[in-house]
Amino acid sequence: MSLTDPNRAAPLSITAKLLRMNWALVLLITAIAALGFMMLYSVAGGDAEPWARRQMNRFGVGVILMTIVALIDIRFWKWASPFAYLGALVLLVAVEFVGETGMGAQRWIRLGPLNLQPSEVMKIALVLALARYYAWLERDRISRPLWLVPPLALIGLPAALVLKQPDLGTALMLCLGGGVVMFLAGVSWWYFGTAAALGAGLVWAVMTSRGTEWQVLKDYQYSRIETFLDPSRDPLGAGYHITQSKIAMGSGGLTGRGFMQGTQSRLNFLPEKHTDFIFTTLSEEFGAVGSMSLLALYTLVLIFGFASMVSNRDRYGALVTGGLTATFFFFWAVNMAMVMGLIPIVGVPLPLVSYGGSAMLVLLMAFGLMQSAHIHRR
Amino acid sequence: MSRPRGEAPRNGMRIRFGDRARPDRAEGPGVTRRGLVLLGAQLLVAGGLAWRMRQFQIVEGEHYRLLAEENRINMRLIAPTRGQIFDRKNQPLAINQQNFRVVMIREQAGDPEAALDRLGRIVEISPRARERVLDEIRSKSAFVPVVVAEHLDWDTFAKINVNAPALPGILPEVGLSRHYPAGPETAHVVGYVGRVTQKDLDQADDQDPVLQIPEFQIGKRGLERGLERKLRGQAGTRRIEVNALGRVIRELDRVEGQPGPDLHLTLDLALQDYANWRLREESGAAVLLDLRHGDVLAMASTPSFEPNLFVRGISGPDYKALLEHEYRPLHNKWASGMYPPGSTFKMVVALAALEDGVIAPEETVFCNGGYELGNRRFHCWRRGGHGHVAQRAALEQSCDVYFYEAAKRVGIERIAAMAQRLGLGQRADMPLPELKGGLIPDKAWKSRNREEPWLVGDTLNAGIGQGFVLATPLQLAVMTARLATGRALEPRLILARDGRPAPVPEAAPLGIAEAHLALVRRGMFDVVNSRRGTARRARIDDKANRMAGKTGTSQVRNITKAERALGVFRNEDLPWRRRDHALFVGYAPYEDPRFAVAVVVEHGGGGSKAAAPVARDILMRGLWGGEPPLTAYPPGQAPERPVPTPQPRPVSGDGNTPPRIRT
Repeated sequence: MSLTDPNRAAPLSITAKLLRMNWALVLLITAIAALGFMMLYSVAGGDAEPWARRQMNRFGVGVILMTIVALIDIRFWKWASPFAYLGALVLLVAVEFVGETGMGAQRWIRLGPLNLQPSEVMKIALVLALARYYAWLERDRISRPLWLVPPLALIGLPAALVLKQPDLGTALMLCLGGGVVMFLAGVSWWYFGTAAALGAGLVWAVMTSRGTEWQVLKDYQYSRIETFLDPSRDPLGAGYHITQSKIAMGSGGLTGRGFMQGTQSRLNFLPEKHTDFIFTTLSEEFGAVGSMSLLALYTLVLIFGFASMVSNRDRYGALVTGGLTATFFFFWAVNMAMVMGLIPIVGVPLPLVSYGGSAMLVLLMAFGLMQSAHIHRR
Repeated sequence: MSRPRGEAPRNGMRIRFGDRARPDRAEGPGVTRRGLVLLGAQLLVAGGLAWRMRQFQIVEGEHYRLLAEENRINMRLIAPTRGQIFDRKNQPLAINQQNFRVVMIREQAGDPEAALDRLGRIVEISPRARERVLDEIRSKSAFVPVVVAEHLDWDTFAKINVNAPALPGILPEVGLSRHYPAGPETAHVVGYVGRVTQKDLDQADDQDPVLQIPEFQIGKRGLERGLERKLRGQAGTRRIEVNALGRVIRELDRVEGQPGPDLHLTLDLALQDYANWRLREESGAAVLLDLRHGDVLAMASTPSFEPNLFVRGISGPDYKALLEHEYRPLHNKWASGMYPPGSTFKMVVALAALEDGVIAPEETVFCNGGYELGNRRFHCWRRGGHGHVAQRAALEQSCDVYFYEAAKRVGIERIAAMAQRLGLGQRADMPLPELKGGLIPDKAWKSRNREEPWLVGDTLNAGIGQGFVLATPLQLAVMTARLATGRALEPRLILARDGRPAPVPEAAPLGIAEAHLALVRRGMFDVVNSRRGTARRARIDDKANRMAGKTGTSQVRNITKAERALGVFRNEDLPWRRRDHALFVGYAPYEDPRFAVAVVVEHGGGGSKAAAPVARDILMRGLWGGEPPLTAYPPGQAPERPVPTPQPRPVSGDGNTPPRIRT
C-alpha cells in the first residue's frame, strides 16, 4: 500500500474531518478526565498542586496530540503500524538498560521532560501491529496454526519483556489486548478454549512452583496473591492497602461523604491515593452515585467504541477501534476490580483519572487513533 | 481511506487499499458478531463491578462507615495533675515543678546525630544519653518527640530558646515533674515516684489506662505509693483525629481530667527536720506523736536518701552506694525496722500482771541478779541484783528478775493480749506500704511457725521484751501514747484533703483500770525523774513539762558464757554491728500528756545514754514549739548555743541537692 496510490479519493478538508470526529467520545473522555481533576484536587487537600494542575496541562497537551493523530489518515497509521511496534519493542529493551526504577521494577525511561513507560506505548502498538497483520491476512488462513505463529510472537515478545521488569499486570494486559484483536479478527473459538485451559494450567504451575528452584514469580507477587485471597492474613502489612481501600469505598455509602470530606483519603489511610487507588477516593467522597457515574461513563465509551467499530467496514480501522476500546476497558475494569478486592493488586491506573503523564498521553493518542479510524471510515 | 462524498462505494477501490482480493461484505459481519460477543462480555464485567459497588456502598455502607470512623478517631489520655503534699504548716513536701526539657522531632531535625552535635554545644549530653536518644528516635515515628535532656536549669533552658533558630527539630518544652523540696527529710514518709514498670502494669488491681501514657510516673515508696490511686487523680481524655501514621491532625473534643487532691500531712516539717538532725550521726528512728488526736508530728529514719534522685532515675553508682551503706539509708526504720523492744516492753507486762491480779502493786520480788528456771539461769542486767523490788521500783530500775517472775505468773497469752491492746503486733491503719506489723508471739504462733511447744523460758524472755517479741518504733510510740492517755489512739498522718480537714477519729478508752495505768505511769515518771531512775540524766528540768519514759536496751545477739567469763560484754568493745540497740519511749508533760515519743538508735548501746537524750530533745522541741529554754535542761546538759540549723544530708549523691523552698 502506498499513500500516493493514484486511485485514492480526494482527501477531506480539515473542517470536514473535524465534523466527522466522534464528538460523543470526546465529550465522554473530557468528562472522565474532569472527574479525575476534581479527585486529584481533593486528595491534595483542596489544592491544585501538586497533581491537579499538572494533570490538566497534560490533558490539554494530550487532546491536541489526539486531534493531530485523528486528522492524519488512518492509512498512514496502517502503514506506520509495524514501525510503531518495532519502536516500542526497542524502547522495551532499552528500558532494561537505561530505565529508572520505580516501585521495585524497571519501568521508566526518561525522554526529555517526559517519563515514558514503554509498556504503555506497547499496549497501543501491539493492537496496531496485530490489526495490520489481520487486515493483510487472507480470511481462510486466519485459523491455520502456521498463521497463528506471527501474532503469538508479536504478543509474546513484549509480554515476556514486560514480565521481566517485572510487571505482571501489564504483561497480562498485553496478552488480553492482543487476544481481543485476534478474537475480533475471527480466530477460531477452539484456540481460545485451548488458551484458557493452558492459562489455567499455567496459573496452577506458577502457584505450585513457589519455594522450588523453578519459582516463576517474585516473592512479593506471591504475597500479593495470597493477601488477595485472604486480606485478613496480614491486615497491617500487605493486606493493609486492600482493607483500607474497602473501608474507604464502603464508607462512602450511597451519596458519599462530600467533596474533600473523605477521611480515609485525606488522612493518608489510602495508599497511592492519587494514582492507582484514586477510585477509592471518588467512591468515598461521592458514594455509589459517584462510582456508578464513572462506571457508566466508561461503559458509554465502550458502547460508542463498539458502534464506531461496527460502522467501520475497513478491516484495519475496525480492528484498531475494537482492540483499543478493549485495551481501555481492561484498564478500568482491572483497576476497579483491584481496588474493590476482586483481583490482586497489579498496579494498573484508572485510565484518564489516575495521576500520570505518560499513561494519559498514550491513552489520548489511542483515542486519536480511534478517531482517525472513525473519521476516515468507509 | 474515506469514501469520496456523494459517490457510491465501489468494490474495486476497496480492494486496492490493503485488503486485496477479498470481498468487503464478508468481513463486516464477522467483526460485528465477534464484537457483539466481546461487548456482551465487557458489559457483563461492568455489571459485575456495579453489583459489587452496590454491595459495598449501599448494603454494607454503614459497616464500613463505622470502620472508617474507628480508623480516624483516636482517644488519647491527658495525664492528670498529681496531688501535692504539704506538712501541717503548709510547707511543701511533694510538689509538681516545672521541668525544663528539650525534645527532638526527627522529621524536623534531619540527621539526628548532627542535631545532637549542635545541641551538644549548649547542653552536655553524655554518650550514654546520646545512645538512648538515638535508639529511641530510630524506634519511633518521625513526628514523635523524644526527650533529649530534662531538668535543665533556667540559664541553659534560656540559652536553648535563644538559639532555637539554629537548632531545627530541637524544641524546648516545659513539663511537670515531681519535686520533693524537703528532700531526705521526708523521704521515708512521702516516698517518691518513678516510671511505670512492667511489674506495676502486671498488678491486677491497677488497670488504669493512664499508666500507659509515656513518661507517666507513679508512686514507688512511702505515701506516694500508699496513696497512689488518690494522688493520681482521674485522667482526662481528648478525642483526636489521626492519620494512618498516628499523627494528630486536630483535636475534636476534650474532657479535662480530675487532678489528684492536695494533701496536708499531720507532719510538722520543723520537728521532722529536728528529729532527723538530732539523729544525724546515728542509724536510728524517732517518732513523735501528738496525743490529742494521734497526729504524727515527726517520723525520722536516719540516715535518709535524696528522693529527687529517684525521680530523675538514680545512677548506678549512687544506687549502689545507698544499698551498700552500713546504716541502710533506704530502710525505713520507723515503719519496717522491727526491734526487740527490750525493757520498753516492761510496761506491757506490768499492766498485764496488775490487771490479772497475779501480783499486787506492793508485792516484792527478790532480785539477786538472776532467775533460776530448771537448770537455766536468766540474768538481770545488774549482776549484783536489785534486792527486794516492788512494781514501782522494778520499772524505775528496770529490774529484769521482777519481770521474769511477773511474766511467768501472768502467762504469755495475757501478755500478748495486753500488747495487742496497746497497739503492738498489728499494722497501724496508715497508707504506708512499708509498715510492718511487728511480732507479739503466743503459744499458737510458736506452734504454727516454729512447730515447737511454747516454753516457760520463752515467756520469761518475752517478759523483758526479748526473745520473739518485735516492735517497730512507730508501734512503740503508739504504745506510749496509749499508756499516757488510756485511750486507743491511732496514729494519724493525713490532716486534710484538698483543704478539708480529715475526720478526727474518736479514740475509745482502753478499758484498763485507771489505777493500774497510774501505777505504770508513776513507774515511768520515776525512770526519768527519781534518784535511781535509769534515765535520770535525760530528764526535763521544768516543773510544768516533766517527762515520763522508759529506757530499753535490746540485745541483737546472745552473750556467750565465754564472753561473760572474760567480761567482754561492754558494748564499746564490740564491733558496731553487734552492739545493743538503744531504745527510749516517753511522753510529756507527765501531769497533762501532750506528746509521746519513741526513739531507737541501732546498735547505740544503752537506752539511757544513746536514746533517752534524743527523745528528750525531740519532746522539748514539741513542748516549746521551738528552741526550749536552757533552764529546762538538767545541769551540764544544755546544748551549746546556737544550736546549728538542721541541714538536709543526702547520704550519697552528687551535691546536686535542690534548693529548699521555705516561706
